[in-house]
Amino acid sequence: MSTLMLAMSLLFACAMIGAALVAIRGKSLPIAILAAGLVSLLASILFLILAAPDVAMTEAAIGSGLTVFLFFFVLGRVRGGEHD
Amino acid sequence: MIKRFLALLLLFGIGAIFITLLLGYTPDTELNLTARYYADHTAQDLGAANIITAIIVTYRGLDTLGEVTVLFLTAAIVGLVLAHNRQHSGAGQRELPPSGELLTTGSRLLVPLILLLGVYIFINGHLTPGGGFQGGAVIASAILLILLTEPTKRFSHRLIAALESISGLFFVVIGVFGIFLAGGFLDNRILPTGTVGALFSAGAIPIIYSFVGLKVGAEFSSMLANLSETEEP
Amino acid sequence: MALTISNIAMTAGFLLILIGLYGALTNRNILRMIVCFTVASTGVHVVLVAVGYLPGRTAPIMDAAVPVQEAAARIIDPVPQALVLTAIVIGVGITALMLAYAYKLYETKHTLDIGKYMELKW
Repeated sequence: MSTLMLAMSLLFACAMIGAALVAIRGKSLPIAILAAGLVSLLASILFLILAAPDVAMTEAAIGSGLTVFLFFFVLGRVRGGEHD
Repeated sequence: MIKRFLALLLLFGIGAIFITLLLGYTPDTELNLTARYYADHTAQDLGAANIITAIIVTYRGLDTLGEVTVLFLTAAIVGLVLAHNRQHSGAGQRELPPSGELLTTGSRLLVPLILLLGVYIFINGHLTPGGGFQGGAVIASAILLILLTEPTKRFSHRLIAALESISGLFFVVIGVFGIFLAGGFLDNRILPTGTVGALFSAGAIPIIYSFVGLKVGAEFSSMLANLSETEEP
Repeated sequence: MALTISNIAMTAGFLLILIGLYGALTNRNILRMIVCFTVASTGVHVVLVAVGYLPGRTAPIMDAAVPVQEAAARIIDPVPQALVLTAIVIGVGITALMLAYAYKLYETKHTLDIGKYMELKW
């Protein structure tokens, strides 16, 4: 049980760091925004492993739900300016 | 180039601090005094099963009041900054393609269920994981689904503002009741605490958290509506 | 340093903070900088929750598995969780504010490159 938890947390931590690297260096801005949402989603699973269900719910609903849509609403309005 | 080098230098400094912190960290084996107090006294004094809810609503209730005030300020500033776009949004509106049959039917089925789930989450905040903030975010996601289905729909800002201010007012009024009927501002024992684990327990915590949930949901919805309504000039 | 869940989570959180700060310092696009800030703030949340974790204990919610009398010996520290809950909600407000200002900036110059905004540069 404990080994399984350990392996899962290791896996999610590595996936989270990979997604974060995509978020800061990804090719296009939509991919970066989605990767940041993925970081939040994986973090919420990590919170569940760390016995924090309240925080996991908040992070899943707000961090990976609302924030991504806030970004996309703004991104839809700034077409043409999103390239570096 | 020199800028990137400076950034890396700064990061190495911060990283060194983090590594020192990480190597010097030993996890506690026992709860510290504050946590022990909360663990021992929450059930007897407040009657709430979820200690985090008890901390947020009662022990640190004033902080939560400050937090929803900050959220209100944020929503107000977002509305203020994006305000003058809304006046000429009617004329130069783009023709949007109609949303698909699947999205329309799905949202008609799902929106009431999502609203119900949000209300369930914040009414049961003192028993199960969840509460006003999570429930408010779920309610805002129902509003988001409506916005996605009908991008041209305009929400009544007056309705959102009225819901937001009425729930904020009730939050403060219940807190003031606590001064007169119980131990202090935002004390939940103005109602009987009941047995731990029952729906009608923990005094005023479910009521206060429901108002917090409505307020947070209204604030998130107004942020989403404001950001989605800004039209291309 | 032993390989425990809280150590793994804390390392990942610190790395997220560093990655987010690096991205915010080196990217030129304003929206991309805001994305990096959200990554860094997620890292802060992970570190704070990992500090409150005690091995072998469970969430601070009392039910059949955690009787009221044994609560102090069974649950983890609830205070960091309450703090992080607050921080996440405030964080989305800050993100919305940054996005609104970014859109306002885009309206004035029709670009999101931070290098083009030179009014206050010296």
